[in-house]
Amino acid sequence: MLAYLVRRLLQMIPLLIGITLLSFLVINLAPGDFFSQLRMNPAVSPDLIRELERQFGYGDPLLLRYLKWLWRVVHLDLGMSLAYRVNVADLIAMRAGNTVILALASMLVTWTLAIPMGILVALRPNSALDRTLSFAAFFWMSLPSFFFAFLLMYLALRTGWFPIGGTVSVTYDSLGIWGKIGDRVQHLVLPMIVLGTGGLATLMRLMRANILDLKEADFVRTARAKGLPERSVFGKHILRNALNPFVTLAGAELGDLLGGAALVEAVMNLQGLGTMMLDAVRALDTYLVIGSVLIGSLLLLVGNLLADVALTVVDPRIDFTRLESKS
Amino acid sequence: MPRPPGKTVVVSIFLLALFYLTALFAPFVAPYDYTEQNRAFPHCPPSSVRINQPTRWGESLLYTHPLKLADPMTRRYEEDSGVRIPIRLLYDGHLFTTAADAPRFFLLGTDDLGRDLFSRIVYGGRISLSIGIVGVLISFSIGTVLGSIAGYSGGWVDNLMMRLVEVIMSLPSFYFLLALASIIPPNLAPGTTFLLIVVIMSFIRWAGFARIIRGMVASLREREYVAAARALGAPRWLVLARHVIPGTFSYSITSATLSIPSFILGESALSVLGLGIQEPGASWGNLLATARNVQYLVNYPWILTPGLFIFLTIISFNFLGDYLLERFNPRSVVR
Repeated sequence: MLAYLVRRLLQMIPLLIGITLLSFLVINLAPGDFFSQLRMNPAVSPDLIRELERQFGYGDPLLLRYLKWLWRVVHLDLGMSLAYRVNVADLIAMRAGNTVILALASMLVTWTLAIPMGILVALRPNSALDRTLSFAAFFWMSLPSFFFAFLLMYLALRTGWFPIGGTVSVTYDSLGIWGKIGDRVQHLVLPMIVLGTGGLATLMRLMRANILDLKEADFVRTARAKGLPERSVFGKHILRNALNPFVTLAGAELGDLLGGAALVEAVMNLQGLGTMMLDAVRALDTYLVIGSVLIGSLLLLVGNLLADVALTVVDPRIDFTRLESKS
Repeated sequence: MPRPPGKTVVVSIFLLALFYLTALFAPFVAPYDYTEQNRAFPHCPPSSVRINQPTRWGESLLYTHPLKLADPMTRRYEEDSGVRIPIRLLYDGHLFTTAADAPRFFLLGTDDLGRDLFSRIVYGGRISLSIGIVGVLISFSIGTVLGSIAGYSGGWVDNLMMRLVEVIMSLPSFYFLLALASIIPPNLAPGTTFLLIVVIMSFIRWAGFARIIRGMVASLREREYVAAARALGAPRWLVLARHVIPGTFSYSITSATLSIPSFILGESALSVLGLGIQEPGASWGNLLATARNVQYLVNYPWILTPGLFIFLTIISFNFLGDYLLERFNPRSVVR
């Protein structure tokens, strides 16, 4: 187990180097750089700009700059943001919490809805309920998240049921501990619905397909033949196995959610990694951009690893040697 | 026997045909030019369409009442029900429009500069609808070529390509898309921006596709008919092009149909955030961008209609793709 984990973690290193190098090259392909705007500003002296450029290492060739950045990262220093003049790591730490909370909350919404709904329709395939829910699933799957966000925001503005924009109210600091939690939850509801319903359809359809497949499996027939009550046939044999692929999916889900969260944040004006990344990209704040990309990919890779580990816990038939030969 | 297409599939095909024809004949379908500004009508609500009853010979069948900006502060409009503006059908090279000197008629209202939203949606469809097709063509061509080379040759070529594919697939795609979008200079012609966006999105998407094609090719390579072609002395490219790659087509077509929505969504998402197609160009995404202004959103909800068109297009492609999936890969779908 330990050897497996170490190997997986080591495999991430070349992957992360590839990802950051690619991002670094891309952002430097952009016309101009962070200082182009400063140069247009007559109030900023050319000497100051030259000093800043030197400070941020802009005089070096591109590849050398990347290597220097990489060297600092190895020492757990993500560099300074050009726009904010603060540590990139501090900025990300400030914002990542909101994004991760949003992603996890949405995942909770998706799973608590998708699994029971999938079971429900699989119990009576091709019934009116199945057809209605399957159609509804297609509907949600096709609804663009930003459009859904706009619709919900319109509704919220008209009714005043939920606050719009931000993750906390202006009065947040004066609230008690429960008030603070309540306030956060209130702000979380709309983005959570937008993001959570996006993956709902796919998971529900998957659950349905899994159960229908397993219903005809040999071991299920055996379980019935030896006289097990239908409840334990379903609960212990069908359901248990139908849930396995979901554990693997959770890792991939997390990646999608982090990306999806960025879009929803930007549209609904929440403070998170997504909005920060958007601002950083607009300002060509190179180190902030690759810092965010690095953290984003790290979250994704670790999520996948955790999902694989969880799978071996849930399904004892799968061991680490098989996981490795699979990939 | 494959199941005949159901009602939803037929409706989907009909809707898609309608949208694509509309985009193709945009100058005919749109009543006005999409850049024409009517500064006296900012955020004008949709005009009413009334039927002229009973229609007398020589009068137009439909008419509307002119709207007047009653209060410029709140942008409240009032209808002047005393005056009738005829809506002329098949007039002046348009499907429907009003006479050049008559007040304008806004089927879906206007934006902040008083541009007719319906005309902008019709023209915007040209970008939003073609981006999916062009993007899928590019990414699937790259994916097929690289994937089949990797799968057919194996060895270090295969290894190298699959490592590259892994890097691209592990990218947090939306963050990377944002980073890539920053390299588009803001003052380009809409056509160039469009091309850059397609290329950027194809660059991200080809990887996943190449991986699957590679797997299929690696297994097709071992088939007897391929071995026979090789034994007969057919050159490598011929074996690939004639015998191996066609075996992947049923998967490609299905998967292409199901991938079109992701390209449409990608462009819309970038444009909504202001990084995609720039004004005065129109795409369904950048028409929605003004809705990010909460004041506009709550007071002028008709600016959301472009989203409805995105939604209808995507749901149609999803229904169509699902049908193709069932038809070509019956094993992957459970009854």
